[in-house]
Amino acid sequence: MGHDTQFQAKSKKQYEYDRHHNAVHMRKQVVNFAIMIFLTFLAFAVVVADFSAYFIKPVILLLAGVQVVLQLYSFMHMDDKKASHMGVISTFVWFGAVIAFTMFLTFLTIIWW
Amino acid sequence: MEETKFTPQTWPDKAEQATLEGKNKFVGIWIFICSDITLFASVFATYLSLKDKGPAGMEFSAASLFELPLAFVMTMLLLTSSLTSVYAMYHLKNHNFKGVQIWMSITVLLGLGFLALEIYEFYHYVHIGFGYTQSAFSSAFFTLVGTHGLHVVIGLVWIVCLIVRNAKRGLNLYNAPKYYAASIFWHFIDVIWVFIFTVVYLMGVLG
Repeated sequence: MGHDTQFQAKSKKQYEYDRHHNAVHMRKQVVNFAIMIFLTFLAFAVVVADFSAYFIKPVILLLAGVQVVLQLYSFMHMDDKKASHMGVISTFVWFGAVIAFTMFLTFLTIIWW
Repeated sequence: MEETKFTPQTWPDKAEQATLEGKNKFVGIWIFICSDITLFASVFATYLSLKDKGPAGMEFSAASLFELPLAFVMTMLLLTSSLTSVYAMYHLKNHNFKGVQIWMSITVLLGLGFLALEIYEFYHYVHIGFGYTQSAFSSAFFTLVGTHGLHVVIGLVWIVCLIVRNAKRGLNLYNAPKYYAASIFWHFIDVIWVFIFTVVYLMGVLG
């Protein structure tokens, strides 16, 4: 029962439209990949270029943040609002991020050596 | 029903979520990932609070230990493997099973390359005396990066099992969600690595 579903053959027009749509979507994914590669280059470049650490640290953390959001919403399809239970998933992911942030804050402020 | 033979024209949109089983697998892998976020948050926080800490006069520090070229190559390998698994999911949408298998295999090869470099790196550190029990810093480092490495190993075994077990089955509504879940997990490994190369390696060499 868990494997049951209903499906029907697509018309030729619909099929061709969907194939084209998939191809366009894939091209967008490649562009997203290019952006991620660029952000990675940038992060390594600012460190190698030896700017002040006060400038580099926030910048590379920001670049990492942008890259992760790009991964989540493009490669992992969190932008797909029609996916099953996407609301629940988004809530859990961002709540997980809040917990992670709280953990950093706690560990970095109450633990000393 | 799950073993029904499909053609590209009868293959449903969102095939990975066409059945209740598929929907459950989709939500299931995400709930797992959310729990994994908290696991990594704790090992990350531990690493940050114990970075460069150890016995008095310890010669090892993040700034002297880590080398950027190696971290850069590892990052490129893992990032590219993320794209190849997107290609696999593109072929899954088009009901092209051969495409799925080929791109998943390329993903595995890139993942193996990453793993080999990580093993080399760990071997090198242990060889120069920076072992797991050397200091609080070394324990925290190996736990963080090792936990990620363990995820890579699990992801590789998972994908190889999928490729081998479904080789003769072809693509259907029974195994489409399995491929999809494995691909989501693989992207998550890349998400974690983005933070590792930023926080451990890039911020490490800054001192």
